[in-house]
Amino acid sequence: MSEEILTTQDLHLYYGDKEALKGINLDFTEKGITALIGPSGCGKSTYLRTLNRMNDLIPNVTITGTIKFKDQDLYSPNADTVQIRKEIGMVFQQPNPFPFSIYDNVIYGLRIAGEKDKEKLDAVVEKSLRQAAVWDEVKDHLHESALALSGGQQQRVCIARVLAVSPEIILLDEPTSALDPVSSSQIEATLLNLRHDYTIIIVTHNLQQASRIADRTAFFMNGELVEVDQTKNIFMNPAKKQTEDYISGRFG
Amino acid sequence: MNSKTQNKIAIGALYGIAGFVVLILLALLGYILVSGMPQLSWHFLTAPAKAFLKGGGVGVQLFNSFYLLFLAMLISFPIALGAAIYLYEYAKDNWLTTTIRTAIEILSSLPSVVVGLFGFLFFVVKLRLGFSILSGAFALTFFNLPLLTRSIEDSLRTISETQREGGLALGLSRWETVTKVILPAAVPSILTGVILSAGRVFGEAAALIYTAGQSAPALNFMDWNPFNISSPLNPMRPAETLAVHIWKINSEGIMPDAKAISSGSSAVLVLAILIFNFAARYLGKRLYKRLTSA
Ligand SMILES: Nc1ncnc2c1ncn2[C@@H]1O[C@H](COP(=O)(O)OP(=O)(O)OP(=O)(O)O)[C@@H](O)[C@H]1O
Ligand SMILES: [Mg+2]
Repeated sequence: MSEEILTTQDLHLYYGDKEALKGINLDFTEKGITALIGPSGCGKSTYLRTLNRMNDLIPNVTITGTIKFKDQDLYSPNADTVQIRKEIGMVFQQPNPFPFSIYDNVIYGLRIAGEKDKEKLDAVVEKSLRQAAVWDEVKDHLHESALALSGGQQQRVCIARVLAVSPEIILLDEPTSALDPVSSSQIEATLLNLRHDYTIIIVTHNLQQASRIADRTAFFMNGELVEVDQTKNIFMNPAKKQTEDYISGRFG
Repeated sequence: MNSKTQNKIAIGALYGIAGFVVLILLALLGYILVSGMPQLSWHFLTAPAKAFLKGGGVGVQLFNSFYLLFLAMLISFPIALGAAIYLYEYAKDNWLTTTIRTAIEILSSLPSVVVGLFGFLFFVVKLRLGFSILSGAFALTFFNLPLLTRSIEDSLRTISETQREGGLALGLSRWETVTKVILPAAVPSILTGVILSAGRVFGEAAALIYTAGQSAPALNFMDWNPFNISSPLNPMRPAETLAVHIWKINSEGIMPDAKAISSGSSAVLVLAILIFNFAARYLGKRLYKRLTSA
């Protein structure tokens, strides 16, 4: 059994006075893929964004409970959000490459952190793009705009951009829902490659996707965590009636 | 009447109105250029003005216009950029920012004569700067600041929120996200806004009449020491600009060729502003391509 890398205890989140997360207890062990599923509006994105403090950007959000990343309290007053987000990276639903070249996109985090060594940067670009499984498609036009790529390629460049700052955890919020089926399966293949080296948490609406790639699956409903288990068990033999109803398509 | 004919009539009316506006614009431009172009010559663009004789030029005024524009931009751009970044990227919506926004709104709709009179009372009289380039540049700053701030804020607004999230999620601080991701992405549109506002500043007369003054002492273009009174760079000398020159000739010009000089000056002014506008479009597009593909 591997170590717990991220733990959430009794996590509540309020938008104004609307309670969006109602006491979530959920732990993540190192490496592997966990999928978060559940009906629209149940709080998956909200939960995911608490894990690297992206909800800080939204006004009037109150968060109670504890989230620990390797024994470090993410919400303690002296937590360094910038550092946290380097270690817990995030990929969004809409591919959001910066309007620069592919090369610049990938090294942006490092370059701003002060890395100047050209050879090192070149190496990181190649390694990250290979890990994200787009290297072969973009290696001949690294210095062209990332905006000229297809949506699927852009998304993989965004994954490479996150990998380049070597995070430990990667959060993905419906990373394939804006993409065509071919691009989606390429992203899935990419994630399956990465699962040995990173702890991956992915929100998805696509139950097949969860069953294809996730080691573990957590089912959310109405701001509560209903059930979390090995993906196999969730899909074949769920413990809770609500999970079964959702999986078999009876609602949501 | 069925909806198809209604549609046709509506479209026809809209075309008519648009055509009418374009027609007025072309007629105005045509009139100014046709009556002004014949006066243009190298001599006209470079020679100093003459008060009583014919054959004067607008060289000094032209230089003054550019110099004032440059100084005004030098002062107002950093302030406007800072204000826009603060308002859009940092400030929360509260009474303070609402007050600032309202102030900017009011300032931007202030008639430029009022700005000019304020400049006269405050910079010229109170601060004893006299009729000088400096007074004029400060007045133009007041005139320009609100418009420029708003235009930069609009440029920042065009950059999608997902870019900010992307930057922050990558472990950039807020400041790094703004300066390293948002600003570079917004540069083309900011530049366009700056050049367009430069056009407005360049053509401004009312704010300058009582601040930069209405006289254009001859300049010695060999003397670049800003402390000498005849140096073009001296910020304490009075400096009539092209737009002020046009106003003055038409109200009290006594040179025999006043009409011709006024037409010529107007043509120069209009051409300069046209060039600003086209340059803004061209540079903005070019820069965007460069930045997004290099
Ligand atoms: N910025 C916000 N301000 C106020 N309420 C919000 C905000 N963001 C989300 N909510 C609310 O919180 C609840 C959970 O939203 P969240 O986006 O986390 O759901 P989700 O499970 O990701 O849904 P989806 O599958 O549609 O993306 C919803 O009821 C939503 O309306
Ligand atoms: Mg969501």
